[in-house]
Amino acid sequence: MNQATIQLDEVSKQYDDVFAVRNLSLTISKGEIFGLLGPNGAGKTTTILMLLGLSEPTSGSVRVCGIDSIKKPIEVKRRVGYLPDNIGFYQNMTGLENLLYTAQLNNIPRDEARKRAEYLLDKVNLSDAANKKAGKYSRGMKQRLGLADVLMKNPEVIILDEPTLGIDPEGVRELLKMIRELGKEEGMTVLLSSHHLHQVQQICDRVGIFVKGQLIAEGNVQSLAKKLFPEATLVITVHASPIPNELVKEVQLLEHVQRVQKIEEGLEITCYEDISAVISKVIVEMGSDLTHISKKNFGLDEIYHRYFEGRELHESY
Amino acid sequence: MSLTNVRNKLKFLSLRTESFQTRNSNPSAFMSIVRKEFTDYIRSWRIMILGIIILLTCIGSIYTAITTISDAIDQAGNQAEGIGSDLYLFLHLFTVSDGTLPSFITFVGFLGPLFGIALGFDAINSERNRGTLSRLLSQPIPRDYLMNAKFAAALLLNVLLFFSLGLLVMAFGILILGIPPTFEEFLRIFCFLCLCIVYIAFWLNLGILFSVVFKSQATSALSSIAVWIFFNVFYSMIINLVSKSIFSPDRMTNVSDVLESQDTVLTLMRLSPNYLFSESTTILLSPNVRTLGPLTVEQTVGAVAGPLPLSQSLLLIWPQLTGLAAATLICFAIAYLTFMRQEIRTN
Repeated sequence: MNQATIQLDEVSKQYDDVFAVRNLSLTISKGEIFGLLGPNGAGKTTTILMLLGLSEPTSGSVRVCGIDSIKKPIEVKRRVGYLPDNIGFYQNMTGLENLLYTAQLNNIPRDEARKRAEYLLDKVNLSDAANKKAGKYSRGMKQRLGLADVLMKNPEVIILDEPTLGIDPEGVRELLKMIRELGKEEGMTVLLSSHHLHQVQQICDRVGIFVKGQLIAEGNVQSLAKKLFPEATLVITVHASPIPNELVKEVQLLEHVQRVQKIEEGLEITCYEDISAVISKVIVEMGSDLTHISKKNFGLDEIYHRYFEGRELHESY
Repeated sequence: MSLTNVRNKLKFLSLRTESFQTRNSNPSAFMSIVRKEFTDYIRSWRIMILGIIILLTCIGSIYTAITTISDAIDQAGNQAEGIGSDLYLFLHLFTVSDGTLPSFITFVGFLGPLFGIALGFDAINSERNRGTLSRLLSQPIPRDYLMNAKFAAALLLNVLLFFSLGLLVMAFGILILGIPPTFEEFLRIFCFLCLCIVYIAFWLNLGILFSVVFKSQATSALSSIAVWIFFNVFYSMIINLVSKSIFSPDRMTNVSDVLESQDTVLTLMRLSPNYLFSESTTILLSPNVRTLGPLTVEQTVGAVAGPLPLSQSLLLIWPQLTGLAAATLICFAIAYLTFMRQEIRTN
């Protein structure tokens, strides 16, 4: 079951002189939850619009579910549910009516549509608000209604553009749980764009980091860390005294250690693997007092942050 | 792969083939949009208010028309041939007024464009601003469905409103005056109503065009109204100003010069859709008007005095009609092309 559901091949999109997306190649297989990460204006939404055939790439080919998005956008849109970043509903219609309207546009028979809408409203915890005007919905409710709306057509792929934007933390948790459950239960492929890393980290199988229209790295969080930082990603801070030079040398010789730096109260050891146990043993064996040992791993946030610290550098070419 | 999976797969496949059959045309989705837009229109306050205003003014104008006509009939009551000679009495319902209130056609010519603009000015940009545009277009419908459906819904509302108004006026006329319209009169009124719809469709399309071009609803509403006021009020003023220089006495040496300058002024006037509309309505509803331009005495020699038949009236205003229809289509075409090429993203 490892067929590619979304396949982008050397896709570029040019606005005037500026490349919104440049030579993007990406494959997402069926049933996967993929996170597209990047700062605002990185070209995430443009990429999504090209997937849906709502925007035409300057060059390259886009295939979704094996269908060419450029030539047959309607076929693609039949299979793909899209939650735009700034979702809106017809305010003078109730939540249920909004869903039924979507069903009509998808040619779903009335009875079936009603059943499905009620089922989905229940699933996103909006059963009580089903007959409330959508104009009175809160931001979080709108987003959940949006999720239900996306699922009305029973899609094979769902694309969510910044689904967690502007929702309170509890709402985010709930929404992400729903997305995760839905993705896994129904075997849907989920493409999620965000600039919020913790959230993406929680639910995505794989992420891609997208900057200035280019995918600079993709993979799961661990492999991403390795890719982005060929140097070690684990920093172990040790407070000990005294610190003779032999100790520094000894630690330096340990396996997996990349670099040892002497700081005021102890050592800062950058390494590839977690070897804190070995380090503490070495320190104690050398006769020093170990007062503190802590380690810090680069999470996605760290990766992201460290990448963007050097952003100006990358922008200059 | 378990059995349920296989079954699901099969169910999926059958669903897919079903959808394949309907893939190229999706009329039910189109009808759904039209239905939804139509409901939105008749439920919206601005259309209700405008509708009521149009209804009230029309009742007022019919009332004055009817009183004027019955007065005229009473005065002419003694001489039977007086009424008989006044052919097309029924059409006077639409054109006559006693001076206190303007006539029906003046009202329609004035409020019709406003109605069209009110229907069209926020067609696309309201969807964009509400964030429903991208959601709507991610459904399996061609992009032009949205615009065509909006236009169709607005046009449908127009047709309904103006035909019911026209028929109501006729009904009142029959009830109060007691004279039934002749078949030709009926046809003339029918043509007039169609003309109204084309004219309003022009303003509707102008509104839609601005709603595609301008992102803000206020801008598009104001620009459409500005265009409307320009053609309604200022255009004729400007032409008057221009015609003063064209008609300067030192350039007028003979008759052909006068005729030529008159033609130039008329052509300039006819660039305005309002003028085309008023010319066409005059010809349609007043069969006694035989020409739109100046006539020399030699030209009228030998002409049979009397009203024109409908076919001749239509022939007379055919260029105006095609001009109006073309303007309408051009507006729609520009709006359509712009919309098809536009980016969908909201920001």
